[in-house]
Amino acid sequence: MKLELRGITKKFGALVANDHINLTVEAGEIHALLGENGAGKSTLMNVLYGLYRAEEGEILLDDVVQHFAGPGDAMAAGIGMVHQHFMLIPVFTVAENVMLGHEDTKTGGRLDLVAARKRVREISDRFGFDVDPDALVEDLPVGVQQRVEIIKAVSRDAKVLVFDEPTAVLTPQETDELMVIMRQLKDAGTSIVFITHKLREVRAVADRITVIRLGAVVGEASPTATNVELATMMVGRAVDLTVDKAPAIPGDAALVVANLNVLDAHGQVLVNNVSFEVHKGEILAIAGVQGNGQTELTEALMGLQPRVSGEITLDGKSLRGHSVRQVLEAGVGFVPEDRTEDGLVGEFTIAENLMLDRSNDEPFVRRWNVQRALLAKFAVEKVKEFDVRSQGIETPVGRLSGGNQQKVVLARELSRDLRLFVAAQPTRGLDVGSIEFVHERIVATRDSGTPVVVISTELDEVAALADRIMVMYRGRIVGIVPGDTPRAVLGLMMAGEAPAGEGAAA
Amino acid sequence: MSTVAPVVQPAQPTTPEGPDFEFVKSWKVTISLSIFTVLGFLLLVVFGRDGTSIMRLSTSSDLIQLPDVELPTRLTGIVISVLLLLITAVSVWLVRAKARAPIWLICVYAVLVLIGFLAWAAADKSIPVPGLLFGSLSLAVPLIFGALGGVISERVGVVNIAIEGQLLAGAFTSAMVASLTHQPLLGLLAAMLAGVLVSMVLAAFAIKYFVDQVIVGVVLNVLVIGLTGFLYSQVMAPNAALLNQPPRFERINIPLLSEIPIIGPVFFRQTLIVYIMYVAVAVVYYGIFHTKWGLRLRSVGEHPQAADTVGINVASTRFWNVSIAGAIVGLGGAYFTLGSVGAFGKEMTAGAGFIALAAVIFGRWDPIRATLAALLFGFASNLQNVLSIIGSPVPSEFMLMLPYLVTIFAVAGLVGQSRGPAASGKPYIKS
Repeated sequence: MKLELRGITKKFGALVANDHINLTVEAGEIHALLGENGAGKSTLMNVLYGLYRAEEGEILLDDVVQHFAGPGDAMAAGIGMVHQHFMLIPVFTVAENVMLGHEDTKTGGRLDLVAARKRVREISDRFGFDVDPDALVEDLPVGVQQRVEIIKAVSRDAKVLVFDEPTAVLTPQETDELMVIMRQLKDAGTSIVFITHKLREVRAVADRITVIRLGAVVGEASPTATNVELATMMVGRAVDLTVDKAPAIPGDAALVVANLNVLDAHGQVLVNNVSFEVHKGEILAIAGVQGNGQTELTEALMGLQPRVSGEITLDGKSLRGHSVRQVLEAGVGFVPEDRTEDGLVGEFTIAENLMLDRSNDEPFVRRWNVQRALLAKFAVEKVKEFDVRSQGIETPVGRLSGGNQQKVVLARELSRDLRLFVAAQPTRGLDVGSIEFVHERIVATRDSGTPVVVISTELDEVAALADRIMVMYRGRIVGIVPGDTPRAVLGLMMAGEAPAGEGAAA
Repeated sequence: MSTVAPVVQPAQPTTPEGPDFEFVKSWKVTISLSIFTVLGFLLLVVFGRDGTSIMRLSTSSDLIQLPDVELPTRLTGIVISVLLLLITAVSVWLVRAKARAPIWLICVYAVLVLIGFLAWAAADKSIPVPGLLFGSLSLAVPLIFGALGGVISERVGVVNIAIEGQLLAGAFTSAMVASLTHQPLLGLLAAMLAGVLVSMVLAAFAIKYFVDQVIVGVVLNVLVIGLTGFLYSQVMAPNAALLNQPPRFERINIPLLSEIPIIGPVFFRQTLIVYIMYVAVAVVYYGIFHTKWGLRLRSVGEHPQAADTVGINVASTRFWNVSIAGAIVGLGGAYFTLGSVGAFGKEMTAGAGFIALAAVIFGRWDPIRATLAALLFGFASNLQNVLSIIGSPVPSEFMLMLPYLVTIFAVAGLVGQSRGPAASGKPYIKS
């Protein structure tokens, strides 16, 4: 089915998320929609799917104008979507999720689960998936959950299938498998819209590429274009895809973690017997697919996890079992992975957020009084130093862009005397300019002799920053390898295969 | 917290693809059992009483007469204390062996505590067991209707604090309409309508205007209490003969079933409303877990956006199901006036709506479990009634606390980490 979008304009208040966007997807082609985070790709697709109502423009399927009042209409017209944040109900089974919205029933309104299971199996077999129709979705790994989303769309006879950032949660292997599935779908005559900001994937699978920047189409490109050409189109200026950094000069071991275990409330082992060291003046990157224990490991370092055993020492002093405040006072700087949830208070001003973890004592608090004048001076300085673009230090942090929010977090953490710096997903959801800035600051922190731990699910980031790379899989360390290890090896390690010539757990 | 590094006795077989498990020791159950065992020992043995406790198992009208059970009070106390101690010891051993105490063991423990307490309280007196249970069910009926409405409402994503108001509105309108028309069935219908009306106000504010659901619920309760109180004293009480003498439902004995010893008199010599309740529990359970209606309802309460993306209208699903919940709760209100008391009284629901809410949580948002929880709370209330009638040595003020103590302990202690519908209480705002 041929899909055409004509002059789509969508505004959120004063912000124009989509500005007269035209897009044509021919029947049976894979059309990549390339753009930075916040360029308006997802908004456009939500308009297509009937989730948002556009102010202007029209949607045509096979040259017929469509009017979608909601996702139900879009689905009925043959549009399917694999959402970035899966639209699956965690406590339902696979079959229940697939049937939801177009349920078969038997007499008495009873759900026909037998038919639903059969349908799931049928589609699974067609694509070579191994999905149990009776498994609870919340128990499935994200890669399988994504397949459930695909099954859901296919079971509704989607002729146009939208994949919204589908590879963000996948291992490199799973990504390759997804590409195969996309080609299979294409061969079956389905038109595919593939939304991403990852250049490599676009070039691997797309037939045509449309690049979007700041809510507007900037042009089309062919899959034969080079990375640099695509990146330049996407960002609007020449970008440097690598990070300049001198070789590390590692000092003594600063952070020593030995036999660390973290359990959740049900006894599931989230971090399993993990031991490693971080030296002064080096960056250790912890790589792995989301949900393999990295989050819990960082939280354990910070004193945020309740069931921790093993040993954590920083410069010879134990950190385990200490409160977050004690950990902070020991000189640990922390950039949490979800800055809006854990890193900042959105309603507070930039200045207030800059003193969040120093609200107990001097210099910002004296005799229970916040020293506003001192804080303002400090904030003005930091806003300048970290290039936070805002209308002033009294702006609520919630109104800043993701990149500027992250700069506020960095400014706060890096303005203390640090003995260890932990940054979890430091560039998630940021634009290219901010990514460059964040990376420079992390390297500068390392060069000042501070040990740095970077947790990232993005292989590009790991490769750019790391002096050593530790890969985690299912709570265990697969291996600790040098920073220049090839991507292919890292990809295998992220899927749990130990590198040749290394022990199972270094 | 275990300091043993290797994985010890996985709770489920560890496959290369499955997550690793380690047993998390929890002493919570054991500690509570120990406390109750010590208290039980103090009450039953140290402060034990002499005499004989008689449990009457049949009423005079029963076809099959069961003999009375006579328990020597002190000996019963000692035997039960020993049994309680044994179970506590077993639970200690289980935790040490890294296993959980099975739920039936805790149930046996609870029943033993209950028998021990009854025997102690009834020294040289007799307890009418069928009467105790019958009264428990009577007190539980409005709680069960309230809990069913609560389950539906919360499962679809709207927290229903207004159960109390819906009960009271149902009680008031059913009394008024049934008195005027001399038709208890019309009273029942009016009660459902009243419940729906209160629900619709809640639904409109919560779903359409995104007002905090808890606040709307609380305000609705206060509004209904005030409104019915005003109408009662200004309109109803002065014309009581015309407006507040509803005909009550007759008891219907189900043939055969009503002759089963103990169970028959309790469950099958009831009024129409109670039989409707049995059906309602079954229908709500079946509906929620086995029909298209239930699947959609639960999806909206768990992940409204996911429901929206498959073409389910979140707002209308929520609105109509909250209304249905109101109708069910209204039936519970009618039971006060047409089933048990026989006339409307100011604030006659006396917090039953909040106990029903507790039953929803204690029952983990499951209609059957919530019903059982409501029965437990009804039993605790009636135990207090029966013991104060036969004259127990416990001060009556303390006994009055019993139902609420049971509620608090049940909700706080035994629920543990139960998980409600994920989107309950959260408005769904589309951009």
